[in-house]
Amino acid sequence: MAHGPATLADGWGKYLSRWLFTTNHKDIGTLYLWFSFAMFIMGGAFAMVIRAELFQPGMQLIKPEFFNQMTTMHGLVMVFGAIMPAFVGLANWMIPMMIGAPDMALPRMNNLSFWILPFAFAILTSTLFMEGGGPNFGWTFYAPLSTTYAPDTVNYFIFGVHIMGASSIMGSINIIATVMNMRAPGMTYMKMPMFVWTWVITAFLLVAVMPVLAGAVTMMLMDINFGTSFFDAAGGGDPVLFQHIFWFFGHPEVYIIILPAFGVVSHIIPTFSRKPLFGYSSMVYATAAIAFLSFVVWAHHMFTVGMPIAGELYFMYATMLIAVPTGVKVFNWITTMYRGSLTFETPMLFSIAFVILFTFGGFTGMMLSIAAADMQYHDTYFVVAHFHYVMVAGAVFSGTAAVYYWLPKWCGKMYNETMGKVQFWIAFIGFNITFMPQHFLGLAGMPRRYADYGLQFADWNMVSSIGAFMYGGAQILFLFNVVRTIGWGEPTKDPKVWEGAEGLEWTLPTPAPYHTFAKPPKIK
Amino acid sequence: MLKRAQALFLRLLSPAIALAMAGGVSAESTTRQLNMPQGVTEVSQAAYDIHMIMMWICTVIGVAVFGFMFYVMYAHRKSRGAVAANFHENHVVELIWTIVPALILIVMAIPATTALLKVYDTENADIDIKVTGYQWKWQYEYIGEGVKFMSELRTSQDEIYGRAPKGEHYLREVTQPLVIPTGKKVRFLITGNDVIHSWWVPDFGVKRDAVPGLFTAAWAKTDVPGIYVGECTELCGIGHAFMPVVVEVKPEAEYNEWLAGKKEEAALYASTIGKEWTFDELMVRGEEVYERSCAGCHQSDGKGIAGVFPALKDSPIALGAKEGHIAVLIDGVAGTSMQSFADQLSEVDIAAVVHYERNAWGNDVGDVTQPLDVLNYKKNQ
Ligand code: HEM
Ligand SMILES: [Cu+2]
Repeated sequence: MAHGPATLADGWGKYLSRWLFTTNHKDIGTLYLWFSFAMFIMGGAFAMVIRAELFQPGMQLIKPEFFNQMTTMHGLVMVFGAIMPAFVGLANWMIPMMIGAPDMALPRMNNLSFWILPFAFAILTSTLFMEGGGPNFGWTFYAPLSTTYAPDTVNYFIFGVHIMGASSIMGSINIIATVMNMRAPGMTYMKMPMFVWTWVITAFLLVAVMPVLAGAVTMMLMDINFGTSFFDAAGGGDPVLFQHIFWFFGHPEVYIIILPAFGVVSHIIPTFSRKPLFGYSSMVYATAAIAFLSFVVWAHHMFTVGMPIAGELYFMYATMLIAVPTGVKVFNWITTMYRGSLTFETPMLFSIAFVILFTFGGFTGMMLSIAAADMQYHDTYFVVAHFHYVMVAGAVFSGTAAVYYWLPKWCGKMYNETMGKVQFWIAFIGFNITFMPQHFLGLAGMPRRYADYGLQFADWNMVSSIGAFMYGGAQILFLFNVVRTIGWGEPTKDPKVWEGAEGLEWTLPTPAPYHTFAKPPKIK
Repeated sequence: MLKRAQALFLRLLSPAIALAMAGGVSAESTTRQLNMPQGVTEVSQAAYDIHMIMMWICTVIGVAVFGFMFYVMYAHRKSRGAVAANFHENHVVELIWTIVPALILIVMAIPATTALLKVYDTENADIDIKVTGYQWKWQYEYIGEGVKFMSELRTSQDEIYGRAPKGEHYLREVTQPLVIPTGKKVRFLITGNDVIHSWWVPDFGVKRDAVPGLFTAAWAKTDVPGIYVGECTELCGIGHAFMPVVVEVKPEAEYNEWLAGKKEEAALYASTIGKEWTFDELMVRGEEVYERSCAGCHQSDGKGIAGVFPALKDSPIALGAKEGHIAVLIDGVAGTSMQSFADQLSEVDIAAVVHYERNAWGNDVGDVTQPLDVLNYKKNQ
């Protein structure tokens, strides 16, 4: 017999052990989401320190040493702590409900893959308080800056990365196993919702490249502590080898971040257009094509490293190709809206902004893929602007949209629409004020990861900082709205919540009960 | 604080005021430039051209796609009574929007390839210059000429930390710029000494990583004399933002004169290395060298940064026999960021800075370290 979850009324002990020992996909999804939000706030705080220091030329608030720790920690925490766990959280909540499964295939491993994450980040952040400070070599941690020249705390960083990798691999295996084995009868692969499709493909990417990352940090560990010289030129090693290994992980990683976001948007746009997703099968093929291509373009991050021209040309052509499947997705979303019956609730606003701003980031991506021009863009603020357009306006906007979209289903209460819209506009405007000028800064010659800059860059940096504070402020509103909804929100009247919503998850009662689909649903 | 707030307010209020206020930052500066510079070489021009082509193509596609999207958002909204259609496929359209972008890409690949060929055309150079990235300065060596020098940031710590007003060339000035002649094809052979740096001169369209153990080549040829400023673009530690690249392009005759002067300087230095220096002379020179080459890590007060860079004040090495101290500078400390300075500093500079460290901040050893001591150490190695 199914028993309900312990609540605070059962006492703190029971309540805490519920969360500690839970194997319920919804509980674990919730844990992932809150963890991700906490990391988002922490990574955001680091960003605020960076933007405050860059508000004016000169060193005002912090020393360059600490500045480098801030840029590094910001990148690591946002990528591995905020964005990735957010989508794993969504996967946990939604995949079983979307394919008609009672839970994830491997519930105990699910618990483990979440609960090691807080330790990974506790280890990583604790280095900030140690002698020598935290990692200061950038989120891409190029050797030998991260080996021979790194502070001793780099060993904690390596350990932390290993744990994060293990967590991601377990999470991915679980998702693959669930989707392969637990679909309701009649749910063929080509009937699976887009979010499920994008996540399976992402999970395969993760299983493929996380071990590569683990290999890279293990080689670092050996170089630092056991006298090998994989990356040390003085011992016959090659620093460029590190970059090849890192980006063989790193480029698929950026698609690991964006593919689930594509999935989310492919649900929200049809809902608020009241019209089915246009070109479902081409969406699936495009996603697979993007995933495949992501393995063969890695050295576009290394155009200035001095590769032979044949290598440069190959990586340039291959990178340009990515624009084709990416374009297909964008056209499909827009055509889904065409001749729909559109309304603009908060999730839809974030999704539309996603389409526009992500596409903008795709355009700068195309420009970056041209090797001769990239020699001017590389490692400047132009690149910083590019990847924030795809990762913040892409992944983070879509994550925000997902929370607003499914929150009423999760807790049976409606968020405050006005507050959501206000948050959207502050975030949208703040985001563009922050990152649009960074294109100009980069083109005019400002390198990234600079603690200080010449006077000619002063104006746009100030504008960018103001935008960043604005964008940061919008997140407080987000937190407030979510907490208010869970605690004091209006109960949703319609169990389906959104007029245009389609899919198994909306056939369940609202709020979704603790255990769902104990008996598999019938698929037409 | 108030002044800052006021400036901010004015800037927000009107970009025009901001322009007027901060106008004329520096003669060669690229004040409030928004786009990539066209630069002064074939390569930078090629990069600029392909950048502009790409930008226009993206703009046209963007206007078309977003234009359509905004039309849809306006025309097909529920509040205007739009009723949803129910189509969800159209193979012809889908094929078109797969093939057309692919065709555009193929067309774009042509200029992209020619531009890249230009970047890699490093054969038949007239002059070869070796560029080495150090934490946190550049070394330039004119191959075959016997001329070699360090180029370091000249902006003072006081300007950086706001204890003195910032000069008009803030962070864009170095002790000695690289000098090259007009009208000659100059090849840069770029490498790194410690970590990876990246040598970038936007106006030449040259950006190359300076990787330890690896040489990469880039080139420039220009007819436009002037001073061109660039940066280090690969994160290389705490001094990353403080190692600009400055290149001065001179007409050929002036360049030859300059090179001859450099050679003379080197000869003159070699003849005076045996001179006895006094205690105070060495202190003055030593402090200069220390601030430039050592203070970045070990700090001006000699106290270092706990856990990263050891203190020199009261350190056993600084207070011990001077040979041990000289050895650290000449050989570096393996496996740490303390590099060898043998190649970066002259014997006089090494002697001066050792002397300074032994006698500053209460390290009162009281002896004198002469350039000859350094020379002897090198000979005995
Ligand atoms: C049309 C699609 C895209 C193309 C053609 C593209 C191309 C590029 C290129 C060539 C670079 C290297 C720039 C340089 O360092 O000089 C780059 C950097 C980057 N891109 Fe993209 N990109 C695309 C989409 C994306 C997406 C979807 C994401 C992630 C969600 C992403 C994330 C990044 C990141 C994080 C970097 C910088 C990594 C670093 O150096 O720290 N890009 N992109
Ligand atoms: Cu990439």
